[in-house]
Amino acid sequence: MERILSMEDIRFTYTPEETDKPYAVDGVSLDMHQGEWIAVVGHNGSGKSTLARLMIGLLFPQEGTVSLFGDALTEENLWDKRSQMGMVFQNPDNQFVGATVQDDVAFALENNGIPFEEMTVRVREALAQVKMERFLDHEPQHLSGGQKQRVAIAGALALRPRLLILDEATSMLDPQGREEVIRVILELREKTGLSVISITHDLEEALLADRIIVMNRGRKFAEGTPPEVFARGEELTSLGLDLPFAARMTGLLRERGLELEETMSERKLVESLWTSRSNG
Amino acid sequence: MMEKMVFGRYIPGDSFVHRLDPRTKLIFVFIFIAAVFLANSTASYALLLGFTLFAIIVSKVRIGFLIGGLKPVIFLIAFTFLLHIFFTKQGDLLFEFGFIKVYEEGLRQGIYISVRFLVLVLMTSLLTLTTSPISITDGLEVLLGPLKKIRFPVHELALMMSISLRFIPTLMDETDKILKAQLARGSDISSGTMKERVKAVVPLLVPLFVSAFKRAEDLAVAMEVRGYRGGEGRTRYRQLKWDWRDTTALLILLLLIAGLWLLRR
Amino acid sequence: MDITLQRVGYTYAAGTPFQKQALHDVDVRIPDGSYTAVIGHTGSGKSTLLQHLNALLKPTEGTVRVGDTVITKETKGKQLRSVRRKVGIVFQFPEHQLFEETVLKDVMFGPLNFGIPEAEAAARAEELLGLLGLPEGTAEKSPFDLSGGQMRRVAIAGVLAMDPDVLVLDEPTAGLDPSGRREIMDLFHRLHEERDMTTILVTHSMEDAARYADHVIVMHDGTDVLEGPPEDVFGDAGRLARWRLEVPRTVAFQREFERGAGLPEGPPCLTEEQLADYLAGAVKKGGGAR
Ligand SMILES: Nc1ncnc2c1ncn2[C@@H]1O[C@H](COP(=O)(O)OP(=O)(O)OP(=O)(O)O)[C@@H](O)[C@H]1O
Ligand SMILES: Nc1ncnc2c1ncn2[C@@H]1O[C@H](COP(=O)(O)OP(=O)(O)OP(=O)(O)O)[C@@H](O)[C@H]1O
Ligand SMILES: [Mg+2]
Ligand SMILES: [Mg+2]
Repeated sequence: MERILSMEDIRFTYTPEETDKPYAVDGVSLDMHQGEWIAVVGHNGSGKSTLARLMIGLLFPQEGTVSLFGDALTEENLWDKRSQMGMVFQNPDNQFVGATVQDDVAFALENNGIPFEEMTVRVREALAQVKMERFLDHEPQHLSGGQKQRVAIAGALALRPRLLILDEATSMLDPQGREEVIRVILELREKTGLSVISITHDLEEALLADRIIVMNRGRKFAEGTPPEVFARGEELTSLGLDLPFAARMTGLLRERGLELEETMSERKLVESLWTSRSNG
Repeated sequence: MMEKMVFGRYIPGDSFVHRLDPRTKLIFVFIFIAAVFLANSTASYALLLGFTLFAIIVSKVRIGFLIGGLKPVIFLIAFTFLLHIFFTKQGDLLFEFGFIKVYEEGLRQGIYISVRFLVLVLMTSLLTLTTSPISITDGLEVLLGPLKKIRFPVHELALMMSISLRFIPTLMDETDKILKAQLARGSDISSGTMKERVKAVVPLLVPLFVSAFKRAEDLAVAMEVRGYRGGEGRTRYRQLKWDWRDTTALLILLLLIAGLWLLRR
Repeated sequence: MDITLQRVGYTYAAGTPFQKQALHDVDVRIPDGSYTAVIGHTGSGKSTLLQHLNALLKPTEGTVRVGDTVITKETKGKQLRSVRRKVGIVFQFPEHQLFEETVLKDVMFGPLNFGIPEAEAAARAEELLGLLGLPEGTAEKSPFDLSGGQMRRVAIAGVLAMDPDVLVLDEPTAGLDPSGRREIMDLFHRLHEERDMTTILVTHSMEDAARYADHVIVMHDGTDVLEGPPEDVFGDAGRLARWRLEVPRTVAFQREFERGAGLPEGPPCLTEEQLADYLAGAVKKGGGAR
């Protein structure tokens, strides 16, 4: 499998002159393969956004190297690499550049000098992927948060990127908007095999990923598949994280004397409750 | 509070005026502004007024709405009108009321100036009411295009304008929110001495600036991530098209100018 | 202090082409001392409703009664201020309202506006900063040097410092990490219990509404469609779905369990502890013997 992103021993601080301050990202290494979905979780200020900014060359690390699609990221190849990635941020209002939906989606295409005829095709295609094709001429103030975020995703997709980075793209949305956005991303992955890095505080969202990275005070605290990571239970809660609902319930039920296996999945939990009831 | 403001707002529609190319509308309004100064007789002012009404009707913008929203400007017009009446002392004395003397020429000048003012305001409002801000910017960018040759940053300016326009509603919302938050904390802007009122604005302005900067920063990052690095090598998604409507509109403008010229004193 | 709304309607930008009716025929009563949750899908009018509770918006129709103050569209300035003093609002992303040079001054802003003497205001502010778990020395810092979560706490302290009888919260935990969210929700709950503060929470989280509230108001398309204790509101998934709402996760899980175990639908479990008790009980009783 092709390696799409790798970071080696990255260190970064916003204040290099103040030596007593801790690094915002401190010694993080990371490898990502084509088609993977990685979720990054961690408390406020743990360095998640900084990490994302390092990935897309908005920041350059003081130590360590970032490689994208096989090459080290440099000032020279920055724009070329960026044209193969998309990034969506937290605040739906602050990333809507165009005056209408279609202008916004076209923005990255314009910047990359795509000819007009091609642009019209790609704008429609990208909007169809996020199910917003009926909103071509809508202005941002007439869209819901979830719709704006889907437009932002379309704006990233128009360039047909290989890697999509979402920095808390769902955190300012209501449950419905959040679900819309997550559904769109799940579908995209299924259809196009897009690689996704999603930074999130929503653990149920993190459960959907192939791999979870837990950040704590700038360092990588844990890494692994969702069951591997959440098996660390208490350790995570002490970092200000939470456990998924099923894991919390399992814990509470064990305290009440039920014998249950650890699980992240509500499906599995309810099934084992059914069995223990009928055997009980 | 700001909800009633009409100036600078856009109301979508598909009238003849709405569908004109923004370049046509811009040229039209610019020439119209100049042409207004051709008028110098009652007949020519009547023509201007009639023409403006005609334009409003064609644009299908509700007249009541236009007038309602122009209240602040109408006050200004009334003020200039009165100024002229009181300070022009030529022609026949029409009537006298205590120290107030109204002369024929004063009345005439007052009316002329008011009409001129009114038509200008109505026509420019009509431009913004029927043209989305982004189209206006597009139109300007193309019209000013030749200035690029002398290194005038036309593209950057146009982008700046379109982004500011895009953020006006957002910032108005934000102002409203912050105002309410501070009101809820007992701040009081609408009463007190002048000094107290000025002080009461600080809790509003500081958060507003902070948030505007934050937004600007976020936006800059979002633009950079999407590959924005200035106008060079960019293509345009918005294509402007000239059609029969535009030619018609400009012909009508020529007729208006000819009419004004003929009706001059 | 009861709050009652009678046939309340509100239209934004009335009389312009942009006019928008956000509320109509709202009749609700928020009992004194209750913890009331207001739920509803996005755009259903929750925030608009909430701004009526301390007279930031005056109803364009109907009357709002806060204690013994009556607010209609004609009510003027002075009375509104007295309502604002009694009802504190924590808006969504309240950290956006910070402006002073120091945290202490910012927290004192509200009390000073309402004529509390400086010394008392400062004392209150200090106490609240401690209560909200802000580290020692925060008071003298600039609010803009704090982390997002800390700014949020300072802003909340600024509202609590007015010592309101009623505390209104519009999604107070949006954007916080899970532990920050829990701490702040627990704090509001504690204030409600200890100081007997009437609390009104607008939230998208059915779990929070179920866990903390004793009274729930459901908004849908600008009007109240249901009002009652959480046990009633959250029992019926089908009904909530009509208003584009879901039952809390605990209830969803409970129903799924009951379905598969062939049990009738019991009273909804509103917290995870309740659910665990219920499940443990049901499993231990067992179905195997049947
Ligand atoms: N522009 C900046 N200048 C200086 N310090 C910064 C800047 N941005 C972030 N930091 C600091 O770097 C650290 C990591 O911040 P970062 O934004 O990466 O955290 P995060 O995990 O994304 O947090 P959140 O969950 O709140 O978004 C924090 O201590 C923060 O205060
Ligand atoms: N300042 C305003 N001007 C015009 N319309 C508004 C304004 N504020 C809200 N509205 C409209 O009023 C309706 C109710 O909005 P409100 O903000 O009260 O909903 P909400 O239930 O709080 O939604 P959310 O869950 O998204 O916060 C919506 O249709 C909204 O678009
Ligand atoms: Mg972040
Ligand atoms: Mg709201």
